[in-house]
Amino acid sequence: MNIQIENLSKQYGYQKAVDHISFEVKPGEVLGFLGPNGAGKSTTMKMITGYLSIGEGDVRLGGKSVREYGDDLKKHIGYLPENNPLYLDMPVIDYLEFCAALQGVHSSDIGKRVREMVRVCGLNAEKHKKIGELSKGYRQRVGLAQAMIHDPEILVLDEPTTGLDPNQIVEIRKLIRELGKEKTVVLSTHILPEVEATCDRILIINKGKIVADGSAESLRKQATGQEIIKLRIEDASPDVIMQELRRLQNIDTVELVDKTMNRFEVQSASGKSSRREIFQLCVQKGWVLSELIPIETRLEDIFRNLTTN
Amino acid sequence: MNAVLIIAKKELQSYFDSLIAYIMLVLFLGFSGFFTWLYGSDIFMVGQASLQSFFSIAYWTLFFFTPALTMRLLAEEKKTGTIEMLLTKAVSDRQVVLGKFLSALMLVMIALAFTVPYVITLSKLGNIDAGEVICGYGGLVLMSAAYISIGLYASSLTNNQIVAFLLALSIGLFFHIIFDVLASSFTGIPAQVFSTLSLSNHFESMSRGVVDSRDLIYFISIVFMGLFLSELSLTKRNLN
Repeated sequence: MNIQIENLSKQYGYQKAVDHISFEVKPGEVLGFLGPNGAGKSTTMKMITGYLSIGEGDVRLGGKSVREYGDDLKKHIGYLPENNPLYLDMPVIDYLEFCAALQGVHSSDIGKRVREMVRVCGLNAEKHKKIGELSKGYRQRVGLAQAMIHDPEILVLDEPTTGLDPNQIVEIRKLIRELGKEKTVVLSTHILPEVEATCDRILIINKGKIVADGSAESLRKQATGQEIIKLRIEDASPDVIMQELRRLQNIDTVELVDKTMNRFEVQSASGKSSRREIFQLCVQKGWVLSELIPIETRLEDIFRNLTTN
Repeated sequence: MNAVLIIAKKELQSYFDSLIAYIMLVLFLGFSGFFTWLYGSDIFMVGQASLQSFFSIAYWTLFFFTPALTMRLLAEEKKTGTIEMLLTKAVSDRQVVLGKFLSALMLVMIALAFTVPYVITLSKLGNIDAGEVICGYGGLVLMSAAYISIGLYASSLTNNQIVAFLLALSIGLFFHIIFDVLASSFTGIPAQVFSTLSLSNHFESMSRGVVDSRDLIYFISIVFMGLFLSELSLTKRNLN
């Protein structure tokens, strides 16, 4: 089941929360939804899941419009809302059974599905406790369990890894990747490395509009105009090396980062690479090139570039 | 199982888990039992095998207890945000409203079921009019249903339970007593209108064993109105 978003808009009073966005997510794809607070991520997710009505445009799930088939389509969606609201006075097992029954899981399968979710989400030790007694990380697992309990074709996860410890984060990311092989997954997050680790595609949204769409690599390619390299060259004084480096054709700027260790940061002229030239220079002068590290533009920088101005 | 019943069952369970159900049962049976059997113009003073005194006590106790039952139904979910989780499950807004309504009504019916021993005791004391008793219970259930739907609407308007409780009580007060007072202080058409709106008039005739279609229509239309408005106010999240 794919998700097609066509010209979707939503207005709160005078403020446009979502402003004519369109995109598509296919089964087997994990889409990371990025954006600063208030960019419209959660609003979009709420419209996909049918909690909020659609302002303008349309959301189609498997070709069917949410406007017309909203209540029928809900059972194909697993949703983890922002802040993970749960019935704190309910025991974990009862809660999962309740969710399974509501999602139309056949009563003979409910027990099996609940056991499966308890296993997958690592809730075995806590399953008889009330949800209110659980720590934040375990509550998050319960939230994920309830989203996946009916084995939905579409998963919409609003910040799935908040409150988890590093081990749990790794597990949950692995789980999402695993699920993403067959299902259509949309997740939002603030944590940029998470997007790289889990998502096939990234969508950056700012002030209700899509400002970037593509894989992490393609976003980097768009963003990096100039190659940046970190160098360490030994067997000469830093000043001499600086001078020689500056003479190279393809080099734009040279900066001395660490005097004692002879470390430099070199920025190549746009569209060109200076790695070969640097190597040739070292060979010619008899210097030892002990480090050459190409610096990738970090996703953080891309994000900041796109969302501030 | 139908989504309405699943929600009703879960809500009923949480009434019992959170002790609300037990407190309500104890208070209801305590008050009603005390005034029916022990104090004031109790059953023994009437000189007839009639549950009239119980019905008129329950008329007041249920009036105060139903808002306490309904106040959390939607207000709490809105406050904690679980309403978003619930409404994105495969249920419609209407099923949520109906399920919650049903759970409170079931709890009231459980409370009323505990008063069946009154009927048995009384039938040992003299000949009771079975029709009157059944009508009286029917009247109590219908009245509770009306107040539950009003309470549910009040609960859907706010995310504060106390506000929901007071709101339900003040709307209920109009039906319970104010319309009746107004009816007696006006004449002509206004008096008729207020007297038709007054819940006590309709309840009294039922508790005397008279089933009139107008009374039934009155109660059922309040229930429908309350449920309709609750659903509307849930759906209103979309109209920002």
